[in-house]
Amino acid sequence: MLPPIFGVLFDGFAYGMLLFLLSVGQSVTLGMMNFINLAHCSFAMLGGYVTVALMTRYGWPFFATLPCAFIAAAVVSVGFERLFYRRLYRASDLDQVLLTIGIVFISVAVAAYVFGTEQKPLPLPEYLRSSFTFLGLRFAVYRLIMIAIALAITALLVLTVEYTRFGAKVRAAVDNERMARGLGIDVDRTFAVTFALGSGLAGLGGALAVEIVGLDPSFALTYLVYVLIVVSVGGLGSITGSFVAAALLGISDVAGKYYVPAIGAFLIYFVMIVLLMWRPRGLFGRR
Amino acid sequence: MTAPALATRGLAKRFGSLVVAEDIAIELPAGVRYALIGPNGAGKTTLINLMTGMLRPDAGAIFLGEGEITALPPDERVRRGLVRTYQINSLFPHLTVLESVTLVVCERRRVAQTWWRQLAAYSHEIDEAYEILAALTLGPACHRVTRELPYGQQRLLEIALALATRPKVLLLDEPAAGVPREESKDLFAAIAGLSRDITVLFIEHDMDLVFRFASRVIVMVGGRVLVEGTPAEIASDPRVRAVYLGKGHRDGALQRSLSGLAP
Amino acid sequence: MALTESFDAPKLYFSSRTRWQPVEIVFWLATLLPFALFPDYLILASQIAITALFALSLDLILGYAGIVSLGHAAFFGVGAYAAGLLSKYGWGEPITGLVVAATAAGIVGYATSFVICRFRHLALIMLTLGFGLMLEELANSAGWLTGGFDGLQGIHTWKLLGYFEFDLYGYVAYAYSLVVLFVLFVFARRLIHSPFGLSLRGIRENYVRMPAIGAPSRAHIRTIYTISAAMAGIAGALLAQTTETLSLDSLGFERSAELLVILVLGGAGRLYGGLVGAMIYMIARDRFSGIEPQYWYFWIGVLLVTVVMVLPNGILGGLAKLSARWSRP
Repeated sequence: MLPPIFGVLFDGFAYGMLLFLLSVGQSVTLGMMNFINLAHCSFAMLGGYVTVALMTRYGWPFFATLPCAFIAAAVVSVGFERLFYRRLYRASDLDQVLLTIGIVFISVAVAAYVFGTEQKPLPLPEYLRSSFTFLGLRFAVYRLIMIAIALAITALLVLTVEYTRFGAKVRAAVDNERMARGLGIDVDRTFAVTFALGSGLAGLGGALAVEIVGLDPSFALTYLVYVLIVVSVGGLGSITGSFVAAALLGISDVAGKYYVPAIGAFLIYFVMIVLLMWRPRGLFGRR
Repeated sequence: MTAPALATRGLAKRFGSLVVAEDIAIELPAGVRYALIGPNGAGKTTLINLMTGMLRPDAGAIFLGEGEITALPPDERVRRGLVRTYQINSLFPHLTVLESVTLVVCERRRVAQTWWRQLAAYSHEIDEAYEILAALTLGPACHRVTRELPYGQQRLLEIALALATRPKVLLLDEPAAGVPREESKDLFAAIAGLSRDITVLFIEHDMDLVFRFASRVIVMVGGRVLVEGTPAEIASDPRVRAVYLGKGHRDGALQRSLSGLAP
Repeated sequence: MALTESFDAPKLYFSSRTRWQPVEIVFWLATLLPFALFPDYLILASQIAITALFALSLDLILGYAGIVSLGHAAFFGVGAYAAGLLSKYGWGEPITGLVVAATAAGIVGYATSFVICRFRHLALIMLTLGFGLMLEELANSAGWLTGGFDGLQGIHTWKLLGYFEFDLYGYVAYAYSLVVLFVLFVFARRLIHSPFGLSLRGIRENYVRMPAIGAPSRAHIRTIYTISAAMAGIAGALLAQTTETLSLDSLGFERSAELLVILVLGGAGRLYGGLVGAMIYMIARDRFSGIEPQYWYFWIGVLLVTVVMVLPNGILGGLAKLSARWSRP
């Protein structure tokens, strides 16, 4: 018989993988251009609503909606990047914060208008809702699949960054933007592509999140805080950092709510503050 | 034997496998004008960052006069008289020229903590700020906002900010960098006019300035001090020529000066 | 404009900045108008004055020292609950309540300032957010003290100065809030025009340069952060005392974000920006109080995007640019 802690670790790790998908794009783009994009989770929310709409209104199977969530979020993010973000790469922190908070508010209102403010359930097939018992503990199939998808994507990301030309450009731009430009790398274009990919991943994360945490218009703000914690604790521009920080945060959150429900979220913020004080650039951040 | 104004011993710094400073030992006697030259990437600005405390050394010690300053934070070193200017202007864009220098004077005189008396009452500080500006020909421009100044005047303001701290040792990082020829006359006059009480070390690529103002030259290459001597000695030193000419570095001015001074 | 050799001219520049401009005097006289013209809206007016004071406290750290804080409501809440609890447990004298609130919020501000002063950019924003959220959680869990979701009950404010009873129409409330606002405004105005104020602007303009001119920036930041926290605490206490109600949303993230919007709307770094922003925002919210909260946030979002893309210095900044264009021949 496995003690319940393994169940907690499993659920926590699954939640962490979700947070990873939501955060990795934000971490890399922040590390590259130092652009604080608080609207990142609005793209995640978009992905979630795309999945919900496709499944409930058009009867699509769940897995078919996932690429659409990714693409929709990526495409919309490109639009925002062209229209607004591009002008603010050199702007102050405050301006970036304000612009992107404004976009969050708009997205929340639009979501409420189009979809209403109630939580949206997903009509998932039975096998995805089931769980299997292993050594006395119940493990949800959905969470297992989510972990598998996240790990596959992590592998894909790491391979891309380490072994492709594009990945080398990303690494160079994150490491030293000015020098990368000096070497002839089109940093703006690399950033635009990375931004689109990161937002797409957020959209995918949003789609996967519906079953785990539910979806309503406040998603964009609620999960923003978690994403920011993952990004700042993990370190800007680091995929490894996001992975580790997300896993830590996911496990701490689930464990906290299970073992000490009274203080729950307080612990998360406290740990974040302590970690940031110890490593202001994040666990895997530069310099 | 009085201690040198500024001295370093065995200063070293590396970033991973990149060695930016190794075994730097320098002694600057008081009042002397030193030039620090070397090819790009030799570690000259890094040395200034180490001396001013913006970078922490991996090994070695730094002395200002009698006292060791290796462990002191940057603002404490400034208070003891070690000040630098920046190669790329680091000014206060929306403050006026007078406000910028007054700020420095107030910080130096430790009145910057007071929040109950109004600035207008601090006539000593304002007068001193204005005097510094006037000596650098910035008097008429003193109410202009910094970001509206022409580049040459901004460079002068860089120096004014440093002078307002009443430095004992002044580190100038390429003071003439980016200043068009027409505007550099005032700048050169300002450097020439620096008081003999101040020990000056300046990084320069412009060999005109080096030969005009420096009485001694230090050459740095690859994070190490290659050689030190008078400008004439350096110009004829075969090692220096090899570094600048042999490795194909395109420092035309130095090549011309060196070839002009060849025996 | 030629400058004479006399040294008086530079001093005149500084003293001219501290003189009260006619438009300022008009502004403060105008704040008396509600007594005569809008007697039905005095309660709203006192809410505006309180929000204006809160925004002023944020302006001190944001507009003048460059600290972007997403958690300033924490100090507002601490002050509010300090005054509220003091009143609930027997001491409802308003002015001492303000002093207690300022002290409590100031202490919390002072403690957190030691962490805040060491960071910039994202880490700083996250820390302010983290502290704010932590306090929110604490207040939530300490329901036995704070009253939790139901809010704090039993606040009763005594007569102001032993004579003026807080009436239902808000006369005393507005007069009280307005006087406190004015007094603290004058204080802030003096601070801005002192050498300390100049240092703060230096920190905002070029943080990296400050140590290189020998400035102890961290000590400066700690000081202004503490002062700002105390001021926000006084604003919170005013709210608790004048409305005799208090709930957890006084220290929530929404309140911090809203405050940022208000300050930026009016224009940060101009002292009057927070006041102007508070007026416009609160009046607009009162006008549109009927609509769904989401739609309100939609227009706030549009406003934010517009301000950032078109009016980066807020309304006052835009006006300043316009008047500069008019005054040039």
